Amino acid sequence: MTQSRLLSPVVLPRSQRLVRTIRRSMGAFIAHAFLLPIGVFLLIPFAWMVSTSLKEKGREFVWPPQFIPDPIVWANYPSALTYMPFHLFFRNTLIITVLATIGTLLTASLAGYSFARLRFPLRDFWFMVLLSTLMLPYIVTLIPTFILFTALGWVDTFLPLIVPYWFGGSPFYVFLFRQFFLTIPYELEEAARVDGASYLRIWWQIMLPLSGPVIATVTIFSFIHHWNDFFGPLIYLNSLENRTLSIGLRGFQSLYQSEWNLLMAASTVVIAPVIVLFFAAQRYFMRGIVTTGFGGR
Amino acid sequence: MGWHLRVGRRRRLLWQEYLFGYLFILPWLAGFFLWTLGPMLASFVLTFTQWDVLTSPQWAGLENWRRLVQDPLVGVSLLNTAYYTFIGGPLHLLVALSAALALNLPVRGIRVYRTVYYLPTITPVVASTLLWMWIFNPDFGLLNYFLNLLGLPGRRWLFDPVWAKPALIIMSLWGFGNQMVIFLAGLQGIPAELYEAAAIDGAGRWQRFWHVTVPMLTPVIFFNLIVGFIASFQVFTIAFIATGGGPQNSTLFAMLYLYRNAFEYFRMGYGATLAWVLFAIILLFTLLQFRTAGRWVYYEGQIK
Repeated sequence: MTQSRLLSPVVLPRSQRLVRTIRRSMGAFIAHAFLLPIGVFLLIPFAWMVSTSLKEKGREFVWPPQFIPDPIVWANYPSALTYMPFHLFFRNTLIITVLATIGTLLTASLAGYSFARLRFPLRDFWFMVLLSTLMLPYIVTLIPTFILFTALGWVDTFLPLIVPYWFGGSPFYVFLFRQFFLTIPYELEEAARVDGASYLRIWWQIMLPLSGPVIATVTIFSFIHHWNDFFGPLIYLNSLENRTLSIGLRGFQSLYQSEWNLLMAASTVVIAPVIVLFFAAQRYFMRGIVTTGFGGR
Repeated sequence: MGWHLRVGRRRRLLWQEYLFGYLFILPWLAGFFLWTLGPMLASFVLTFTQWDVLTSPQWAGLENWRRLVQDPLVGVSLLNTAYYTFIGGPLHLLVALSAALALNLPVRGIRVYRTVYYLPTITPVVASTLLWMWIFNPDFGLLNYFLNLLGLPGRRWLFDPVWAKPALIIMSLWGFGNQMVIFLAGLQGIPAELYEAAAIDGAGRWQRFWHVTVPMLTPVIFFNLIVGFIASFQVFTIAFIATGGGPQNSTLFAMLYLYRNAFEYFRMGYGATLAWVLFAIILLFTLLQFRTAGRWVYYEGQIK
């Protein structure tokens, strides 16, 4: 009985229906009254950044602050971009990000598949180990890893920023993949098994094509992580032509400390690609996060 | 005869499953030994050496540990880190949780809000730190301008030993998105039947929040608490860029001090010692949180 009451809309007298409608729109109003100001508040820094980036040299120090720059100086962008080889930094960042993300996707999904579907001795033990490394502070491995890469002669190459991610990416991504694979019905694999498909093939041809949301989530997380990473490039990359955007921006800051219009122009250029990517992919991202649902299990 | 065959085949299949199971986790497993367990042990051994990477390492016995005890900056950096973690951490959690609750409301345009709330989080830290340095600028900054409009006095923020740490906390609060998204996933994972059942039992909105939402969300709160604290303990980039540890060492965090010793002064042994101290503190604190978890974290399907 309760079932049917929940499923079919209750027919109410007109006056009660009106009260309900008013209540609902009141609720929506209160929600917007809370959400909107905070949203604006979060966006103000971005607006201020873009505004400053278009100001004439010296005009950024006008008090009280000018919100709409007068005159608008587009030339800040070309100058900021030519003071330092940002196109090189962009290329470097892209290479590192793409290669590390591919490694992450392949190895994390493979491990996630194994943890979700295959039975082998000590599986639960290794999974616990994986989960506990999620909580391991990276400082404790930092210095020996640096020494190892120095010994290998990998310092000032992209290798230390890419190769480790071909080893399972990060335990968090393995975990996300496993959680997602657990939600895929067994029957699909059973059929493939009966047809004699190997595990590798099931992973590649059945599991991965069904994993759009989690692939999107991991791709975005990983992309953002590598695109924005500061510490790795800071300790591993030295020469100017090997710098990433983050390190390049840092170098720019130490040279043009008080030229805020140029600094903000450079910052805008560094931020823009991630924001564009995020807008393009955010639907899949949120869905992936939600369907993976770390709440349970 | 047929029975024997089947057993043989089954065993072979079982072995195949074992083999592929291990083969598939092999990249991660190798990575665990290469980049995690190995370096962890190595860094412990390093605490007993002095090494500048260029020449060969020298055995130093307990020298690094002796130095650590006498180094006044160790205490300073740990206290700064504790300030940042214990004030910033809970604030972070609270802001992220409130935002997630609001973003879980069924109103029009919620997707746009979700995207906007997450934007600061995807902003490269170097860029967002530069941006906030400009906002915190004592003479021409936006923040002091708004404070003046409200009739409040401006601060010297990053140039004031008292206000530098709060400024960095505000800066980091802007990027609450990752915790928020995890809360949001947790909220969406709460089955609607629970709310319906509670509503049928006559529970009001507030009661549903306290007796359904909060208990069902405690595992996620716990996860965010642990991961958030671990990240806070290792705060580095914002201080490295914005203040360089100053003014008067007021933002010299443990990680920053470690970086200086290891990568600026090339004291790998001492750096590893600092790393182990911070690691031990983080570990102790995490275990402490696990000890209390049984009292307030609710797991579905767990018999109490």
